[in-house]
Amino acid sequence: MVIDTRICRQHPECNKCIEACDHEHNVPHIPDKKHEIKWIWKEEFENAFPDTAQEYSIEHLKGTEFLVLCNHCENPPCVRVCPTQATFKRPDGIVMMDMHRCIGCRFCMAACPFGARNFNWINPRAYIKDPNPEYPTRMRGVVEKCIFCNERIDQGKLPVCAEACPYGAIVVGDLADPNSKINQILRENFTIRRKTHLGTGPSVFYIV
Amino acid sequence: MYDTGKILAFIGAFVVFVSTPFWSNFGKAAFEPHPKLPTQYKECVESKEFMRADHMKLLRLWRYDVVRKEQRIYVNSKGETYPISLQNECMRCHTSKKEFCDQCHNYVAAHPYCWNCHISPEERKGWASKESLKKVSTEEASSELPASHH
Repeated sequence: MVIDTRICRQHPECNKCIEACDHEHNVPHIPDKKHEIKWIWKEEFENAFPDTAQEYSIEHLKGTEFLVLCNHCENPPCVRVCPTQATFKRPDGIVMMDMHRCIGCRFCMAACPFGARNFNWINPRAYIKDPNPEYPTRMRGVVEKCIFCNERIDQGKLPVCAEACPYGAIVVGDLADPNSKINQILRENFTIRRKTHLGTGPSVFYIV
Repeated sequence: MYDTGKILAFIGAFVVFVSTPFWSNFGKAAFEPHPKLPTQYKECVESKEFMRADHMKLLRLWRYDVVRKEQRIYVNSKGETYPISLQNECMRCHTSKKEFCDQCHNYVAAHPYCWNCHISPEERKGWASKESLKKVSTEEASSELPASHH
């Protein structure tokens, strides 16, 4: 996935991708920050890229919000630590969760350097006002995160955030295919990734 | 031995009292669950006998296929194909959890935790109504523990 933050910066009030994802996957809106559940959300540049940001950062990046989500890492630490293999890597690279197997141990949350995982401390159903009846909710006691709309990808559709973006700022494609559009974009643009020094190999790229 | 008559009479009365449930139900038909079957559809994905005995194994297989193997189509024993989904496919015909699933599950005291996450047809209709959000009993509350606790 490539996120063109130059486009996002032109529309700071736009939350269409977040809203579409939350509706599609029945992500609850819990006002208490301690219990909050997020799949895709906005984070300030300094927090999203703590190793890239510095005192003399370029002016237009200071304090701007970046879309962040699970990076579907090449070498995902959450998968390595999961004792039940509830989190696993699909052959196509998506880091997937089997909610049926999650025992809520939260090892994956400790392992993930991106804070992409949230634990359901309370029953999330009470906080889903407008549910998508086609998709399940989660229950108290499991961890959840972005699963890259694998159910849509299996049907040949794009992830819902990419589809919902009216400006085409989110591009999804096959990194393994050298002729794919995403590889072309990556060849033509300078991109950054979050915390690459940790060696997890994030698969979400940002054009700054 | 004194009071033989009284003792025997009390033993007799005791036996009758203890076996009252047996006598009171004698000759009556035992309670039978009656899951309500869909009227407009005649066939399920597999035969009625198979579904009755092994639906839980089939659902477990489906779960594995969809989540872990990216296999979202089921090919049944006749070679027909069905999209795999409890929430959207099973419940498309079986339009009520209360009148179908719960009938037998309550009878055998089985409490599968499918509906803690999957949205049942009843909840689909009355979302955010008081009933769907209220924890009805302690039993239901305990069934909200993570899957592995079962």
